[in-house]
Amino acid sequence: MRRPLGPVGAVLRHVVLMAGAAVMLAPFVWMVLTSFKPQAEILVAELRLLPTRWAAAENYATAMTRVPMLRFLVNGAVVTAAIFVLQVLVNLPCAYALAKLRFRGRGVMFAVVLLCLLIPHHVVAIPIYILFHQVGLLDSYAALVLPFAISVFGIFLMRQFFMTVPNDLIDAARIDGLGEFGIVWRIMLPTAVPAITAFGIFSVVAHWNDYFWPLIVVGSEELYTPPLGVAFFRLNDQGTEYGPLMAAATIVILPLVAAFLVAQRRFIEGITFTGMKN
Amino acid sequence: MTTVALAPRVAEGARGRVTIRGLTKSFGATRVLRGVDLDIADGEFVTVLGPSGCGKSTLMRIIAGLERQDGGSVAIGGRAVDALRPDQRDIAMVFQSYALYPHLTVRDNIALPLRMRRLTFAQRLPLVGRLVPGVRPTERAIDEAVRRVAAVLQIEPLLARKPGQLSGGQKQRVAVGRAMVREPRVFLMDEPLSNLDAELRVHMRAEIAELHRALATTFIYVTHDQAEAMTMSDRVVVMMDGRPLQVAPPARIYDDPEDIRVARFVGSPRINVLPAAATGRGSLDMRGLELPFDADLAAGTAVQAAFRPGMATAVRGSDPSGLAGVLRHRENLGSDLFLHVALPGIEAPVVVRVDPTAVADFPVGEAVSVRVPPAHALVFDAAGARLRPRASAAMRRHG
Amino acid sequence: MADALALPAPAAMRRRGFGEAMAALSLAGPAMALMVLFLVGPLVVVVLLSATDYQLGARSLSYVGLANYAEMFADRVFRKSLENTLIYVAIVVPASVALGLGAALLIEAGTSLRAFYRAVYFLPVMATLIAMAIVWEFMLHPTLGLINLALREIGVEGYNWLQDRRTALFTLCGIGVWQSVGFNMVLFMAGLTAIPGELYEAAAVDGARTGLDRFRTVTWPMLGPVTLFVVVITAIRSFQVFDTVQVMTKGGPNRATEVLLYTMYSEGFSFFRTGYAAAVTVVFLVFVLALSLLKTWVLNRRVHYA
Ligand SMILES: Nc1ncnc2c1ncn2[C@@H]1O[C@H](COP(=O)(O)OP(=O)(O)O)[C@@H](O)[C@H]1O
Ligand SMILES: [Mg+2]
Repeated sequence: MRRPLGPVGAVLRHVVLMAGAAVMLAPFVWMVLTSFKPQAEILVAELRLLPTRWAAAENYATAMTRVPMLRFLVNGAVVTAAIFVLQVLVNLPCAYALAKLRFRGRGVMFAVVLLCLLIPHHVVAIPIYILFHQVGLLDSYAALVLPFAISVFGIFLMRQFFMTVPNDLIDAARIDGLGEFGIVWRIMLPTAVPAITAFGIFSVVAHWNDYFWPLIVVGSEELYTPPLGVAFFRLNDQGTEYGPLMAAATIVILPLVAAFLVAQRRFIEGITFTGMKN
Repeated sequence: MTTVALAPRVAEGARGRVTIRGLTKSFGATRVLRGVDLDIADGEFVTVLGPSGCGKSTLMRIIAGLERQDGGSVAIGGRAVDALRPDQRDIAMVFQSYALYPHLTVRDNIALPLRMRRLTFAQRLPLVGRLVPGVRPTERAIDEAVRRVAAVLQIEPLLARKPGQLSGGQKQRVAVGRAMVREPRVFLMDEPLSNLDAELRVHMRAEIAELHRALATTFIYVTHDQAEAMTMSDRVVVMMDGRPLQVAPPARIYDDPEDIRVARFVGSPRINVLPAAATGRGSLDMRGLELPFDADLAAGTAVQAAFRPGMATAVRGSDPSGLAGVLRHRENLGSDLFLHVALPGIEAPVVVRVDPTAVADFPVGEAVSVRVPPAHALVFDAAGARLRPRASAAMRRHG
Repeated sequence: MADALALPAPAAMRRRGFGEAMAALSLAGPAMALMVLFLVGPLVVVVLLSATDYQLGARSLSYVGLANYAEMFADRVFRKSLENTLIYVAIVVPASVALGLGAALLIEAGTSLRAFYRAVYFLPVMATLIAMAIVWEFMLHPTLGLINLALREIGVEGYNWLQDRRTALFTLCGIGVWQSVGFNMVLFMAGLTAIPGELYEAAAVDGARTGLDRFRTVTWPMLGPVTLFVVVITAIRSFQVFDTVQVMTKGGPNRATEVLLYTMYSEGFSFFRTGYAAAVTVVFLVFVLALSLLKTWVLNRRVHYA
């Protein structure tokens, strides 16, 4: 393949890829275009791309006000950020211990981590739901965040990374007077920034987009995350007002898509990297 | 007491004295250290020399407190340190891989050990630490110390850089700076030059020796490179199979090895070793050649006779006073010409150094005789321990 | 001094080893506790629950053995759900793997617009699926949707895609493929860049002339392990199909899109038949576990190749 295509091949490549790109982009384009159209133009049942009367402002205003959309977005940001911070706090030290400290039970511990890697989080939903029900944590931020504080995948990924950190570096830190906690936060954390970034992208994308778990544990509107919010919006207007609905969908996907467009390579690397290992 | 006599520069103080007794260490079934005893005087430069895997790093790591020994003890400055953490032992270590913190600038790398000692936990916190009372004067003092060290090592222009932007030699200097800044009792260096190219290695060798002279602190230096050991140290510890075989100044190690393994390890090209037998009348029989050697050896006792390539001479043709052989190969290094002479029935050829101008005298494939001056032959028993003639043993005791 | 030193200091030394173990314990402890609380414990509980008649909120429960499983396999809904899930996986996996491979090869075949195509194909992976499901639902609207409007332009009568028993499941499959092509594509791209360029030169010297020759002699054999890996992880992801079903069809029409996770969700969280839902979960787990073990095996083999 590492060989320039002939002119016919080059044209053919673009024809096929453009056709594919059109399919991939169609929902996004249609969503955005519809979010600009007034209801009347949507209901005419004719194939028209651009609106004749622009209703973008109304649609987006409706999307933001009919439900507390801003609140949902803030919830999403708070929840994903809290999950990520907790994941680093909980799993990074563990990964360091598994990679660099010698202690009894380390092998067993790592085996448990590997086994837990095989458990999809849907499987543990019912017992965790019951647990939260028992302790009265359902329908709270804690319920949205806590189950994801542990990320065996994060432990695994960080451990693999720490295995590549030379032991000399850690020994130097010990001689310089750092304790094990100091080593984790002052040396390992800054050293692991590339791996943590990749994991962070993976984590944020997964939890911003997660629908299953919030759907189960959250009942109050104030706690809705963006996916719940947009689903709620759709139920709320009986699925008839497509302009505002598409505006709401646009708003929900916008933060991640914008971040992706800004830092494409990092996102793709992050997801591939984690995808390969996951 | 011999220690004191042999160490050229012994200060009165005991600050940097290191005493090691009966150190043992195993990793699973591998016995890495099999009883190491060592006395290192304050201010001495001691090199631990040995082949890869002989336990040098393990010894260093135990002295530093990074590894726990199975038995035996280590004392620094007359105080047992076995129960102390590495940072409490008042030592500094320079690693082969430099082990610089990749996310910190050179300045912060060098300052880190001081920050850890002189600032409290609260003062070390990021951001808020700056607000805790007492930080400023301490930080200023630390900065001053870093600058002094940087001046000595001539790395001031690098202070703002990160390790990733430094060359190997520069990293090396920074690593030394980080060790120096805390003014430790003992410097531990584990093959610090082995990641540098040959030229830089020679240069840094001189610099480290100079640094040692300037600091007058105890240096324990680990290497598998005999050139480093021979050029820098006051004394060399030749280590093999987890035990020191000989501890002596470089010249003694070379001229007067206690063990055939030491003789073999030190010197390039390697020393020649030939089987010989005691005649019972004050001499040895080495392949028909009689070497005078006055020792209490029963006739027929098998020994090993060894001589360095530079000690023997070669003559073309056969000569009754030499070992007869055939020239197999010549190595002309310009300054030296080494002849590889095959002796019948012996697998490894004997290597002899001759003057390069004589290259035409020695065509490959011709008969060559090797003459060994008896005074330069080193004799070892079958197990490899050095045997000395009576007279010279007495001489050495008085000399 | 020497004599005093010759004694080892075992108590002190043991204390230091203890220190390292304590440090390890305090560093790994929180993660381990949470792992037991949120993963290992619940896993055990879900298996145990599947042998009970527990109903959410009930004060008591009793052991019913395999009754839930017996009920499940006798139940038309569950059988339909399992069948639909398998059909979904059987369609989405080959389609999205093949298209992902094709996209990766085509994009890497040239240099122009490479970044653009990669970004566009990857976009659906990033976009919140639930929002995109709502967009798709609108696009699939029988009279107002883009799809049917476009079909009408070329004189074809579309379906009521999501409400028609004949098309609903396949429509969801299509959305599943749309969403995972980009993911598979970047995995293949990573695999492609790992192929050394000399191999193509060697193949050219050995007489591989056409692109197809090169693909057959170099690309495909080198991508083989990657492909196997991509197939398995796509299968695992497809088994977890839920969002689109929950928001677009609710398993309908007439159970045509009932899938395992949706069954589990509605039994467990709509009807509160927790024991039964747990049994469904266990079946789901068995499938995913089998695939995960296959993946681990593939990964280990990849290590040997690398
Ligand atoms: N942490 C360890 N676990 C197991 N074996 C080790 C460990 N550290 C060193 N060894 C073994 O101990 C021996 C000596 O190692 P080392 O002290 O590093 O030798 P050197 O520095 O002289 O090359 C080697 O055989 C090495 O494999
Ligand atoms: Mg070593």
